[in-house]
Amino acid sequence: MKKLIVLLVAMSLSMLVQASSGVNEHIVTAPINMDDKASLQKGAQLFVNNCQGCHSANFMRYERVSDDLEIPADIMMDNLVFTDSKIGDVMVSAIPQDLAKKWFGTAPPDLSLQARVRGSDWVYSYLTSFYADEFRPWGVNNHVFKDVGMPHVLQTMQESMSEKEFKTNMADLTNYMVYMAEPIRATRESLGYKVIAFLFVLLFFVYMLNREYWKDVH
Amino acid sequence: MSMFQNMMTWVDDRFPATKMFEDHMSKYYAPKNFNFWYFFGVLSMVVLVNQLLTGVWLTMMYNPSGEGAFASVEMNIMRDVDYGWLLRYMHSTGASAFFVVVYLHMFRALLYGSYRQPRELVWVFGMLIFFVLMAEAFMGYLLPWGQMSYWGAQVIISLPGAIPYVGDALMEWIRGDYLISGITLNRFFALHVVAFPIILLALVVLHIIALHEVGSNNPDGIDIKAKKDENGKPLDGIPFHPYYTVHDLVGIVVFLIVFCIVLFFFPEGGGYFLEKPNFEPANPLKTPDHIAPVWYFTPFYAVLRAIPDKLMGVIGFGVSVAILFVLPWLDRSPVKSIRYKGFFSKFALALFAVTFIVLGICGVKNPGDHAFGLSFITYSTVGQIATVIYFAFFIGMPFWTSREATKPVPERVTGSH
Repeated sequence: MKKLIVLLVAMSLSMLVQASSGVNEHIVTAPINMDDKASLQKGAQLFVNNCQGCHSANFMRYERVSDDLEIPADIMMDNLVFTDSKIGDVMVSAIPQDLAKKWFGTAPPDLSLQARVRGSDWVYSYLTSFYADEFRPWGVNNHVFKDVGMPHVLQTMQESMSEKEFKTNMADLTNYMVYMAEPIRATRESLGYKVIAFLFVLLFFVYMLNREYWKDVH
Repeated sequence: MSMFQNMMTWVDDRFPATKMFEDHMSKYYAPKNFNFWYFFGVLSMVVLVNQLLTGVWLTMMYNPSGEGAFASVEMNIMRDVDYGWLLRYMHSTGASAFFVVVYLHMFRALLYGSYRQPRELVWVFGMLIFFVLMAEAFMGYLLPWGQMSYWGAQVIISLPGAIPYVGDALMEWIRGDYLISGITLNRFFALHVVAFPIILLALVVLHIIALHEVGSNNPDGIDIKAKKDENGKPLDGIPFHPYYTVHDLVGIVVFLIVFCIVLFFFPEGGGYFLEKPNFEPANPLKTPDHIAPVWYFTPFYAVLRAIPDKLMGVIGFGVSVAILFVLPWLDRSPVKSIRYKGFFSKFALALFAVTFIVLGICGVKNPGDHAFGLSFITYSTVGQIATVIYFAFFIGMPFWTSREATKPVPERVTGSH
């Protein structure tokens, strides 16, 4: 019976692994590091400068960014808040949604949770895989998001620096997007280690308790 | 007498507190040879309590309206309320954990024949719990009001539409609208947080009363009450309390470690516990590329899809769950436990378990894709073969169990500590 169970588990696991293999060859792994505060700060700066012109992050407050990423509130307000928003406000884009819809054919989606909808690899690959396509209204297309309505906002930036430098910047931006999709992530993981450490200590005691009681069962 | 004894006497004269504790804990004799598989009953209770408690707190912060539901989850609970994220992840991870432990608990019953006479009602109450749990989970999944909440519900609620004559009216009656809307969300919320939890709790009580009336089965599938000592206590039985209370504590803590690893490090469960499209608000005008129900429904969903005719598919889907209810009357073996059954029973059960998992995978996958990377077969075909095996397991059971040679059953339990 034991052998049968082992066989069964092994078979199911190998099937699950095979069943979960992915597709799009343009998707590359994003170098994500939630502990890299400098990268997250740089990413926040890139976000407000390049994305927030059209996209909102309606579930993200400036104050939370300032607290979590250790950006002092006054520096945040002076350098990263371009609208007349207050520090406790959410990150709303500068352009009206109905106008944006007219310009781009579709309203720019809210970016608060995009990194969780698409996954960090998708976001990073998307940002780094625009290419020239004269048949598209903005003259660009994208390998991972075919016929996307968004122009290549970062084109001037990409042309002004080396490929490596650009990819580092996009990694920072992706890092920030991942943070924004789940600001609690770093706290969640650090709390997790403590909870699990506690459970292992508890396990030792309940194991000893169980052994003590079961001594006399034969 | 001590003050505590005085107090207990006072209570016992008015309410059977001591008697209940003795009947169900300290003088409830359980077989001493319970193994790993016997943890999943108590673990189901642990998860149930987790769902009830976290659910109460989530209710305090959740807004059950089409306009506010998504934001109340993703903004209020996940970001603004202190530890709201923890409550939400405990609840969402708990939903998946519930089905993991319940499926393993049910598999234990299949292994050792725990549904056999005199435990048929224990099994039937258990199946009712499973059925209500599916309804509870389905309604709960609509509440975050994400794309997969909406479209997953859309697919499932459209099933009664296949019923001739009354189908459309029935769908409207369930939704309370011509399409899934805030009205549907309101009623699902009411059912999820009030109606179904009450039914679930009542059924759990019935399940345990029925179990304690006849006593627990064991891995040998023999009756421990057949051999008693001079005091009338089963020779192979030990009081549930303290022996199994301390024993279960070990299992609970091990479970909590696994649960917390998922909760704190993989709360999305690889996109299976929290599906990616569900991080986008429900949009009735935009269908996701690929709609799949949450993983715990997919084996039954695969049965639905395997049958080409819509009405027959819906019937197959219903029967795939309903057939489990009559399991106690399909097993004709003279022995209960798989340990003493013949080779064919062992083979059939292993095949059934693999089939169930394969169905689960088929239910998540695109039916037209090549199955498991094999070029000659699609998930659709695999799903159909698995569906046939699934039903053949139940239909064939009375025949092989009554014919195959079994091994002699021991007088006393084996493999104890």
